[in-house]
Amino acid sequence: MGESLPAFTPVTLLTGFLGSGKTTLLRRLLADPALADTAVIINEFGEVGIDHLLVERLDDQMVLLSSGCVCCTVRGELATAIRDLHSRRERGLMPPFRRLVIESTGLADPFPVLSTLKADPVLRHHFRAAGVVTTVDAVNGLIQFERHIESVRQAAIADVIVLTKTDIAEEAATARLVARLGAMNPSAPLLRAAEDPLDADALLKSGGSGWFKAIAEPHTEMAAHRGVRAFSIVVDEPLDWTAFGVWLTMLLNRHGARILRVKGILALEGEERPIAIHGVQHLVHAPTHLSCWPSDDRRSRLVFIVEGIEPDLIQRSFSIFKRLNISVAA
Amino acid sequence: MCSLCGVIGGNEHWADAPAREGVYTRNADPVRRRRERAERVRIANCVLKLYGMKLSDWQGVAFLLSTLTGKSEIVEDLGHLWPVAEKLSGRLCDPLAVDFLAWLEADHG
Repeated sequence: MGESLPAFTPVTLLTGFLGSGKTTLLRRLLADPALADTAVIINEFGEVGIDHLLVERLDDQMVLLSSGCVCCTVRGELATAIRDLHSRRERGLMPPFRRLVIESTGLADPFPVLSTLKADPVLRHHFRAAGVVTTVDAVNGLIQFERHIESVRQAAIADVIVLTKTDIAEEAATARLVARLGAMNPSAPLLRAAEDPLDADALLKSGGSGWFKAIAEPHTEMAAHRGVRAFSIVVDEPLDWTAFGVWLTMLLNRHGARILRVKGILALEGEERPIAIHGVQHLVHAPTHLSCWPSDDRRSRLVFIVEGIEPDLIQRSFSIFKRLNISVAA
Repeated sequence: MCSLCGVIGGNEHWADAPAREGVYTRNADPVRRRRERAERVRIANCVLKLYGMKLSDWQGVAFLLSTLTGKSEIVEDLGHLWPVAEKLSGRLCDPLAVDFLAWLEADHG
């Protein structure tokens, strides 16, 4: 394996409801020479016939042990497929790939895929989740949101949303859909596949350090759609990391299934640089040190996308917990 | 090993992330790690006492969660703490429960 390969291969999850244009987008992205060293796993047979890429097939088997332990929520065959790619790359049986794209089925919940990368003892030492790209159909997106909660979750969980079929959709309908997406997931950049020149490399890096798009106003809350709503918490003073950890773990243990997304940029006591944190349901990625603050605003900001939870309760709970360290020390 | 399911290598909690380039962790040097563990015990106990439980350090590598009636269990990290706390106490440890918040606010407001 070449020395220039990254220590951790970034993995991008491409999701979106049935017929929303995932495969079309994938075909378009993979035509970009910048992605020539990208491996692809598709969990249903597709028509992407490209000779420099690997296409693996997965069935819809998911392993969920009755204990409910989150680290067991893995897709066994997905883990096997990625391990096999890794093994063949290590043994020089295939061209070294620098990134991996997983295209999920249209009805899939993205969480088990991300959980697999974190939970598998081999994969987590070689692969890292790089972000979730979700396609939303401009013609049928609003109807799908009404009828299929999976499509709402897929949009809510996205790092980047790619709006497809805007060239054949009515402008008014597209505008309503854009407004709805803005309410469900205000922190995700929205691209239009038909009009925007998509930078494949940048799109697949969407989960990197540049993913955080701050919501400026404190406790901004967007209108709920099917119980899914986004809101933010902004804190003026530096946070206590330990109290934050106790609070977030307790919150996710009880409500993780309904906390579709949490993203944050934190100013911690004693730390000059900001800390980025992001999680999907029960799964929280290792916190990372950002090289600098993205703007002059150095307040901690947390963005939540929740399903069926009152934002005021989370805000109140957070406010009490962040004072714990002060009262204990007093 | 994940203490809940027994899967080897199943656990790597975000609050105890191994030191890697770019990763924020207090796990890297021994002094900071010990200080963080002590802080964690102090703050977790503010919450756990509502449920009649107490957390203590166990050999610097894990924690011991005990109830007032003497039941105890080793927990590895914060992710493991809350499921075990619910099991030992027989109660839901819900940080959004209104009565829990009222109690915590009165105690630490």
